[in-house]
Amino acid sequence: MAAVIQAVGTTAGGAETRALRLAFLAMVAIIAIAPLAVYPIFLMKVMCFALFACAFNLLIGFGGLLSFGHAMFFGMGGYVAAYSAKEWGVTPELAVLLATACTAVLAWVAGLLAIRRQGIYFAMITLALAQMVFFFCLQAPFTGGEDGIQSVPRGKLFGVVDLADNRAMYVFVAAIFLGGFLLIWRIVHSPFGQVLKAIRENEPRAISLGYDTDRYKLVAFILSGTLSGLAGGTKSLVFQLASLTDVHWSMSGEVVLMTLVGGLGTLFGPVVGAAVIVTMQNYLAQLGAWVTVVQGAIFVVCVLAFRRGIVGELGALFKGRKLR
Amino acid sequence: MDTIFGVPTQALFGQLLIGLINGSFYALLSLGLAVIFGLLNIINFTHGAQYMLGAFGAYLLLTKLGLNYWWALLIVPIVVGCTGVIIERLLLSRLYNLDHLYGLLLTFGLALIIQGVFRNEYGSSGQPYPIPPQLMGGQKLDFMFLPNYRAWVIAASLVVCLGTWYLIERTKLGGYLRAATENPALVQAFGINVPRMITLTYGFGVGLAALAGVMAAPIYQVSPQMGADLIIVVFAVVVIGGMGSILGAIVTGFGLGLIEGLTKVFYPEASNTVIFIIMAIVLLIRPAGLFGREK
Repeated sequence: MAAVIQAVGTTAGGAETRALRLAFLAMVAIIAIAPLAVYPIFLMKVMCFALFACAFNLLIGFGGLLSFGHAMFFGMGGYVAAYSAKEWGVTPELAVLLATACTAVLAWVAGLLAIRRQGIYFAMITLALAQMVFFFCLQAPFTGGEDGIQSVPRGKLFGVVDLADNRAMYVFVAAIFLGGFLLIWRIVHSPFGQVLKAIRENEPRAISLGYDTDRYKLVAFILSGTLSGLAGGTKSLVFQLASLTDVHWSMSGEVVLMTLVGGLGTLFGPVVGAAVIVTMQNYLAQLGAWVTVVQGAIFVVCVLAFRRGIVGELGALFKGRKLR
Repeated sequence: MDTIFGVPTQALFGQLLIGLINGSFYALLSLGLAVIFGLLNIINFTHGAQYMLGAFGAYLLLTKLGLNYWWALLIVPIVVGCTGVIIERLLLSRLYNLDHLYGLLLTFGLALIIQGVFRNEYGSSGQPYPIPPQLMGGQKLDFMFLPNYRAWVIAASLVVCLGTWYLIERTKLGGYLRAATENPALVQAFGINVPRMITLTYGFGVGLAALAGVMAAPIYQVSPQMGADLIIVVFAVVVIGGMGSILGAIVTGFGLGLIEGLTKVFYPEASNTVIFIIMAIVLLIRPAGLFGREK
């Protein structure tokens, strides 16, 4: 995995920084214009999943840790935001903040356990922990069990702006997504992000250089989990629903798929991947269980022949042309 | 009526029996995972789907061809094992020089495909599979009623587990296998066909999963999702036991099944999560697992 990511290149040279900035501006422009042509709820869904995938990518793409249990943060964030907005009647920004804080604690506990093993074990442990959270959500009284928490009020932002209006909600979600995205961009290019990459490439070496790698991994895990919770909380407000689907292991698989399709270890890959997968689910929804088959097939094809993902391949193409 | 700790003995032993049954399947599946992981360094996410294939194989043989349970016990593991060989040759063998995580992702994708296809064909509800007539009925013991089929499952899985242990730890073939696990290049230099050994090992592990599926068919309903949740529990079992030792996988499997059964008696709310909680505790105390070695 490291080799592929290295080939794509995540270090920011001058030309690359410029390309990234251009891509970011293009993304902002798309977000601003798209609601004129596309159903806004769909776009909000894409942005929530894009933030989720970006958060997940922070861990795998830049830390080299494959978590197979990120649904626990996404789903838990959704439950906390939905419950606090519905039962306590807090304003949406508070509901989302509460969701983020709760998932941060959850990520801290889960991270402490998971980073005790590496590689494949890390994936299995996170999966098992997520399954534990799933059963907790199935049985706990506040989650509504199989029904989930329904008809969650979107409320008034800061007590002023009514988010029941889809346009206001759209701006709110876009702000959260762009904020989260910029934060991840900053993290990746900070000294902390550089150390994280060093750990991904060669952990014993990083230890010998004096870095407490476990702490770096834990912080990365907490950041990733927290941002996933932020995405989940926002999604539950958009759809006014928090349900077991979002904590189920298949959701953990979906976010892996989005990141893989878009490109592991690239900044924009998860965004593109999320857009592709959500669109696909939208069009294939009437096919029922075949969606699972198609997703499985995409997994197999990506792993065998398309490991760099869409953005990774584009980047390689771009670089290859320059060399010639 | 007799009670132990305020619980009727009937209920207690009944749950312990269910625990042992579940434990048999945990042991069989984690054994297959451990054997595959040892040589291929891949965590076989398809294992749950292959267990489901075993159960469906038995069901299809009975309904389409009229072949009974005993034929299924013989044919299904071989057929499913052969599909495993094909998967290994066509797909997995392309990934050996990549990061191990790609193997996990590939087998996860395969599991989605297999489960999705069967869910389209048979829906989410389970199909019943009859207990073979030879094993109908049961024994009336002093403290409980022991159905013959369940006693058979426990005995058979113990025999299969111990047989596998003997094969790997005590025979020459097993010796090659263990040597190839330690250092494949060196073993190959001695003229042993390691790639073929890898292929057969994967087929064998998959066959074990299918065998477990056939045995499970009369107890649980045959449904497309039967392996999906089970495999996550088995992953936790593997983390608890550590994948270093065959005997460790067997002991952990049966032990955790029993603990789960006991939890159902004394604190049913936690019966779904108890194995994950034990996993968390083990990770805190012995990160390498109860029988594992720190590498």
